[in-house]
Amino acid sequence: MLLIPCPFCAMARPEAEFRHAGAAHIARPAEPAAVDDAAWAAFLYLRDNPRGVTAERWRHVHGCGRFFNVLRDTVSDRILASYKPGEAPP
Amino acid sequence: MIGSSRHEGMMQRLLLGRMFQGRLLPDSMRTEAGGRVERRTDIRFSFDGVDYLGCAGDTLASALLANAVHLVGRSFKYHRPRGIMASGAEEPNALVTVVRDGGRATPNLRATQVELYDGLEAQSQNRWPSLETDFGALAGLAGRALSAGFYYKTLMGPRGWGLWHRVFEPLVRRAAGLGRAPGVADGDRYGRYFAHCDVLVVGGGPAGIAAALAAGRAGARVILCDEQAEAGGSLLTEIAAMIDGIPARDWLARSLAELAGLGNVRVMARTTAFGCYPHNMVGLAERVTEHLAVPGSGRPREILWRVRARRVVLAAGAIERPMVFAGNDRPGVMLAGAARDYLLRYGVKVGSRVVVATSCDTAYRAALDLAAAGVVIKVIVDLRASADGAWPAAARAAGISVLAGGRVLGTHMRRKRIDSVLLGRGDDGRTRWFDCDALLMGNGWVPAVHLFAQARGALRWDEARGVFLPGAAADGVVCVGGCNGAWSLAGALAEGAGACGGVAPVVEGEVEARLGAASVGGEAGGKSFVDFQNDVLAGDVRQAVGEGYRSIEHVKRYTTAGLGTDQGKTGNMNVMALAASALGAPIPQVGTTSFRPPYTPVTFGSLAGPARGAMFDPVRTTPMHDRAVAEGAVFEDVGAWKRARYFPRAGEGMHAAVQREVGATRASVGMFDASTLGKIEVVGPDAGVFLDRMYVNALAKLAPGRCRYAVMLSEAGFVMDDGIVARLAPDRFHVTTTTGGTAQVLGLMEDYAQTEWPELKVWLTSTSEHWAVVAVQGPQARAVLAPLCDGDLSGAGFAHMAVRTMRVAGIAARVMRVSFTGELGFEVSVPARQGGVLWDAIRAGVAAAGGLVYGTEAMHVLRAEKGFIIVGQETDGTVMPGDLGLPEGRGKADFVGKRSLSRPDMVVVDRRQLVGLLTENPAVVLEEGAQVVAQADPAAGTRALGHVTSAYASPGLGRSIALALVAGGRGRMGERLFVPMPGGSLAVTVVAPVFLDPAGERLDG
Repeated sequence: MLLIPCPFCAMARPEAEFRHAGAAHIARPAEPAAVDDAAWAAFLYLRDNPRGVTAERWRHVHGCGRFFNVLRDTVSDRILASYKPGEAPP
Repeated sequence: MIGSSRHEGMMQRLLLGRMFQGRLLPDSMRTEAGGRVERRTDIRFSFDGVDYLGCAGDTLASALLANAVHLVGRSFKYHRPRGIMASGAEEPNALVTVVRDGGRATPNLRATQVELYDGLEAQSQNRWPSLETDFGALAGLAGRALSAGFYYKTLMGPRGWGLWHRVFEPLVRRAAGLGRAPGVADGDRYGRYFAHCDVLVVGGGPAGIAAALAAGRAGARVILCDEQAEAGGSLLTEIAAMIDGIPARDWLARSLAELAGLGNVRVMARTTAFGCYPHNMVGLAERVTEHLAVPGSGRPREILWRVRARRVVLAAGAIERPMVFAGNDRPGVMLAGAARDYLLRYGVKVGSRVVVATSCDTAYRAALDLAAAGVVIKVIVDLRASADGAWPAAARAAGISVLAGGRVLGTHMRRKRIDSVLLGRGDDGRTRWFDCDALLMGNGWVPAVHLFAQARGALRWDEARGVFLPGAAADGVVCVGGCNGAWSLAGALAEGAGACGGVAPVVEGEVEARLGAASVGGEAGGKSFVDFQNDVLAGDVRQAVGEGYRSIEHVKRYTTAGLGTDQGKTGNMNVMALAASALGAPIPQVGTTSFRPPYTPVTFGSLAGPARGAMFDPVRTTPMHDRAVAEGAVFEDVGAWKRARYFPRAGEGMHAAVQREVGATRASVGMFDASTLGKIEVVGPDAGVFLDRMYVNALAKLAPGRCRYAVMLSEAGFVMDDGIVARLAPDRFHVTTTTGGTAQVLGLMEDYAQTEWPELKVWLTSTSEHWAVVAVQGPQARAVLAPLCDGDLSGAGFAHMAVRTMRVAGIAARVMRVSFTGELGFEVSVPARQGGVLWDAIRAGVAAAGGLVYGTEAMHVLRAEKGFIIVGQETDGTVMPGDLGLPEGRGKADFVGKRSLSRPDMVVVDRRQLVGLLTENPAVVLEEGAQVVAQADPAAGTRALGHVTSAYASPGLGRSIALALVAGGRGRMGERLFVPMPGGSLAVTVVAPVFLDPAGERLDG
């Protein structure tokens, strides 16, 4: 079970308190109507599945309730960083 | 003193022996002295119905061997007779069922890990009718018919093999198996603990003890766990070396006493670290009462620990590697280290006349110790070309003949164990049979890197030692001692102490034992087993490579090597070596298979812990649950909720009750507990804008005091949830969701509020548990409710889809005029703790008006008659609002899911649309989920037009009704379609999905 540092609570808590929320940094287009079908389908469905460092979202659902971003190595499960939405990945 | 008590023990044994079926059963292979068992105790136990005597401190394996019992089981596939090969967790053969009573029978236990207790009853497995005479052994005669890939090639065989599938396959499946699970519920309790520590030390051998001492002395919070009854590992059999100036076993006792005295150290025996999970989470299975003759009721049987450690020190030791030669699986063929364990820990000689085969020095140590105990060592056959150095010299000095450059060519078995071994000389090819009653194998040691690899540690091949060793580790995980390739006692102690900043204890008197280069160790012909538990032969591995398998993972799956409950602890290294040889590639290039938890099997009881029965899942009940119970409700599970499904009167079934409930509601009034619906309070100056973006429907301009039915889509455009949005004030909304969708809806709202539109000033609060909700529906709803309210309920003062706050039955309430039945209706929400009071007040009025309480089943019928959808019933994650005839928000600005509604696949003309279906026979109720087709007798493979989503007997129409999703359905009004059923197709007519009061005239009562 992962230990996930919540940037809002400023402490690492067990994975059971969190819920995974998909890939991070998938911005919803500001004007969806202006996006063509292919780009919209990519926004909806196309995700990377890297071997190595990935940016993903977690929600501290049984804690503060906040969504945040985590950099995790999918090979080692090592968590390299966690940061708030809107912040650039370190 | 010792002599006299020994004498008393013998006398007692003779008496006891006579008491049991007149049989005298002395443990004849027990030494006169030595070992760590308590000889004054006489422990009675039975194996396959025969009584034996053992000592306290025995394992079942050591007690059986003390009674000269080697044959303890039949093998998985060929039903070959099998004995005890090892002395610990790695045992592949000696699997037994231990029975306490009907519900307490544990199959597949390793006899080497079962502690003996008085009255223990064990049974062998996978044999019929008996262990000695086993019909399944005929499978062995079939020989190569069951070779690698047998299951893939035959059990997946083509159709038409009817006889095979009906007759032979079940026989094969029954014949190939392990123990049977008990058929009675487990009556024991299992605990679940969580623990945190600075250092978790796995394994209580020299390296683990040294690590725990160093960490404990430094003040760290330490947990030291060991899978055996007593900690010590190889120290328990260390009879020569001195540590810090005292005998090793005294040092062990002193160290354990010191650890016990440290308040910051917890030493756990009988505790297996079975899994190493990310971020230093380690699962421990503690067997609390398994070793007790009378477990008692005060303590749980087992405890599952989840330990989070800052550092994990793995001191798991090493596992001795068997040799591969014909007949290497027979009873009497054992690992040399195991034989030494049995002698020095349990005072048991595994044989009287023993042949030792080895490729390294450690087997010499076993041979010398056995010889000192009076065992005749017939010969030591050393596979190395020259057997020199300290240990062979010591063996020769002890008068043991050493055959250097020899080979093991085969074994011969008579009755229940081997009686001779065929050895060959490497130089001249001569062979000779040696009489013996045991053959010991010493083929080097394999580090137990299982937990390290589970923790994502990388393994590296060490050519010199011929083993995979721990390489780059995960954060905070370190291997010490045997599992790190430190074979010597001094090395293990130094690594253990060093890992925790301690000083290495000083070792004297240890003679270096050299380990040979890795090899499979024998002549891998005939029935040479590599995986004993799964009956995989050396030839199977070569065959797999010959049939084209290149990856070791594929070889593993094809041959089933390593797929047994022992996960190939003794076999995997030989499998890799043979595969590498067959592939012509070096072992490191072939690599290892994945190591996965559990290290040894963990019981389901332990894993389930207290989460059984009523504790399996929380049950949610509404504030008026007791009222429904008093009304005689039959409940159904909706998510975690218990909801009243219907309220049968005496002798009524569900159908009659539902017809009555629906009828009375339409005729006068019905009341309904709607408390389970999800509720979210949406507050803030931007609450309207926010909801406008979340729902298809226009909510920003919804006037305070008004409600609106609203549909939520996923971003992909599919209907996700629906509910009523009530605006209480410009900055405050009361939003309801479906019962099952609450958490998902709140999660999605939070996601957008926090991450997409953080600039919006809006706050979300789940109020689902805060409100008790009573729906009052029917023409008499107003008449029943009005006397209880301090507000105006008249049609003029309280229009349909309005919301008001007022007092109802004296309680501050939110009242919505909404209808999920098509009738005049109100929903009254009060604080949860007042729900019962509200219910009772309304219940009295409903009774006076000739109404009743209805359940979810009647609610379903009432809404289906009106064509109202239920998300999850009329929708399945692929349904768009337009498919249901609902608004698609075309005139609105952007909202979640809007863009997806114009994707190419979403605008095709033949999308499945919601329609009504009427059966030609009005008495027939369609089956929900049934397919809808155009032909009365569709050919196989015909694509369905759609499916039935809801179907009921409708009291309002006096006939059956159904809702369905049908391709291009709205263009098929009046069309005749068919619903194929096992008894023949049912003809149906497509109609509009609103069956009752399409004009909505009943809404005003």
